Amino acid sequence: MAFLRRSPRTVAPTPISSRRTANDLRVGETATVCCLKDPEMALKLLEMGCIPGTQVRLAGRAPLGDPLMLVLGDEEYTLSLRVSEATTIQLKA
Amino acid sequence: MQETPTAPRPTTLPPSNRPAADPHLPRLALIGNPNSGKTSLFNQLTGLNQKVGNFPGVTVDRKTGVAQLGGQRRAEIIDLPGTYSLYPKSLDEQVIADLLYNPGAADYPDFVVVTVDASNLRRSLLLFSQLADLGLPAILALNMTDLAAERGIQIDLAALERELGVPVVPMNARKGVGVAALRIVMAERLAAPPALRFWEPEGDLLPLVRQIRYYFNLHNDYLALHYAHQFRGLRFLSDDDRAYLLELTEKYKFDSTARQAEETIGRYARINELLLEVVTVTRTEQREPASNKIDKVLTHRVFGYLIFLGILFLLFQAIFAWAQYPMDLIDQGVANFNELLQNNFSGPLVRLLTEGVIAGLGGVLIFIPQIALLFAFLAVLEETGYMARVTFLMDKLMRPFGLSGKSVVPLISGLACAVPAIMGARTIESWKDRMLTIFVTPLMSCSARIPVYTVLVALVVPDESWLGIFNMRGLVLMGLYLLGLVSALVSAFALKKILKARERSYFIMEFPVYRWPRWKNVGLTIMEKVKAFIFQAGKVIVAISVLLWVLASYGPGNRQAQAEAQMQQQADAQRWPAAELERRVASARLETSYAGTFGHVIEPVIRPLGFDWKVGIALLTSFAAREVFVGTMSTIYSVGQDADLGTVQQKLANEKDLNGQPFFTPVRALSLLVFYVFAMQCMSTLAVTYRETKSWRWPLGQLVYMTGLAYAASLLVWQVWG
Repeated sequence: MAFLRRSPRTVAPTPISSRRTANDLRVGETATVCCLKDPEMALKLLEMGCIPGTQVRLAGRAPLGDPLMLVLGDEEYTLSLRVSEATTIQLKA
Repeated sequence: MQETPTAPRPTTLPPSNRPAADPHLPRLALIGNPNSGKTSLFNQLTGLNQKVGNFPGVTVDRKTGVAQLGGQRRAEIIDLPGTYSLYPKSLDEQVIADLLYNPGAADYPDFVVVTVDASNLRRSLLLFSQLADLGLPAILALNMTDLAAERGIQIDLAALERELGVPVVPMNARKGVGVAALRIVMAERLAAPPALRFWEPEGDLLPLVRQIRYYFNLHNDYLALHYAHQFRGLRFLSDDDRAYLLELTEKYKFDSTARQAEETIGRYARINELLLEVVTVTRTEQREPASNKIDKVLTHRVFGYLIFLGILFLLFQAIFAWAQYPMDLIDQGVANFNELLQNNFSGPLVRLLTEGVIAGLGGVLIFIPQIALLFAFLAVLEETGYMARVTFLMDKLMRPFGLSGKSVVPLISGLACAVPAIMGARTIESWKDRMLTIFVTPLMSCSARIPVYTVLVALVVPDESWLGIFNMRGLVLMGLYLLGLVSALVSAFALKKILKARERSYFIMEFPVYRWPRWKNVGLTIMEKVKAFIFQAGKVIVAISVLLWVLASYGPGNRQAQAEAQMQQQADAQRWPAAELERRVASARLETSYAGTFGHVIEPVIRPLGFDWKVGIALLTSFAAREVFVGTMSTIYSVGQDADLGTVQQKLANEKDLNGQPFFTPVRALSLLVFYVFAMQCMSTLAVTYRETKSWRWPLGQLVYMTGLAYAASLLVWQVWG
């Protein structure tokens, strides 16, 4: 069953060519949002304050690796989002 | 920033140009981000003067209330669903668009009060700026000032008022600080819409926007732009209007998604600029917020689930054990009242009243303790912010079945009673997830099935242990619960494949910070849920109870009278005591009633399941509520009303088939048990499903699907092993 799979971060290293996404962050790591891939998801993320240029920190993952907790900016509020949603957030190198 | 609620300077307010004795109450809408304290403020302003209705055509609750403002004035307040922007992403949010885009509508608000989280000003102002650009007169309720101060965020109120062009009232809605000042400002009633604009359509958007604006005779460009974005969802537009807008947007190659993104980014740019003047942040030390520390424990990979299980255990204790006392009291009270009536009056009307109406009413009232306790629990979990963490923990486990983390609480509540559980599914924003959850929740074995399970299991399963540890009866009982759970998940999985989602499902949500619950909010939630249940589901339950009573009390022609006379003769011949006669007569009357006739009529249908006409009657009356099964069986096997379960069991055990063998063989009992696991035999659930989905499609679907499933499963059991 799906939840018996290992968490995505341990599955395969992302190809170097593609950008890192919020899902590739290690727990506790901070990075800056570069752009949002999926246009519709982007609208939702923008409205919730996840704007290009904002800092994001991966605060933790649910015990089964998905969803994850993302702390935004220095205003310190936490969003919870699925891996499929986090992979649309691309990070600055 | 300052904690004291300062009354805003009256000079910043435009003078009210309405006559003081306005015949209609001014109408104002409360709007804001989720978790911005909107509900607390609404409760503070209206107290018990709340009414819950529905927005036309949708399932979203429409909460309105009357608030006492300063200077003896009153106003009607509409509480709108929490939202991050004016572009709706869920059916809940669609309500806002329907209300705010049609200035001609009867309940178009005179002005809006925007609740804003002071600790998260930038994001909150996005929504505010959209409202201001629509030209709506607005007041800014700057909430959670305590939290902002704690985080070292200082807000220059005068600068904020100047930059936004509307009155700003600092407050802490949960504690009621600043609410008095807000009442005074609201009483002043802003007559003029805000003069400042934050973002306006320009450039190549203008030709499209202007055409829409003149066609619909709108007062501003930005509103016209929203028509272009959202005409598909706006209920008040006619088909012609929609066709016109479709043609127009296609002509101008209007890309809604890209334009929205552009607008949002443009707004943030303006807001960032504005905040430079208004906010200063002094971080004394980078200490970790308490909420994050609590999260480390509550979402821990081991402790997280253990704590959740512990809370579930407490919830079950409350619903099964604690609720029992008030439920017994209600049961006893209704019975006593009925007895009082029956002892003092007689006649068919009194019997209709006592056995039909009041018995049905009792069937409604008896659920109140469970509903109240369940919603007290849910409200506390919601208020403290724990609920968001539960959905976080469970989401991944539920997704293979087409459900989301937010389905967990309704499903678990369904083990107590599907009625409050289905009402609890309201927290699920996604339409598809919510419908799936509502549809499968009644498959969870609710507490009304317990009497049926215990009687039948005790009848055929020996009280022995298996492998010397497990009690056989306990194992079978657990098996029945698991059967319910598995069938709920599998049904959701199957339905997921069929159902087409009308909207995109998002999981993304904000984690509220942990807080102590406000007991006033908890109390108001309980009141609201109990009221909704009594007045909306209750009507249907009473009506069907009365119908069932008529069916069980009267029969076609004079067959009942004949049967009674026959019993009388037998009694005279065999010298039965009066009590015995009474029981036999009741049994004979039931057999010849419409319900009994129905039992005989459906016997050919249920015979393949191993049931006879007597079980058929029990199945029919169980439709009112499953727990009626035991009572019906005891009537039909002519056991007195006050018989305890033991004697019902004996009677069932003594029942012989045509060959003189015991009627209830283990397989026959199993067939009946399996039927009760699956069958939809609860009109309260159907009524509440109708109320929650606003369509007969769903309750009818449940009825057909679950009863079909029950039939198929029983057939399988009886035909294979019987």
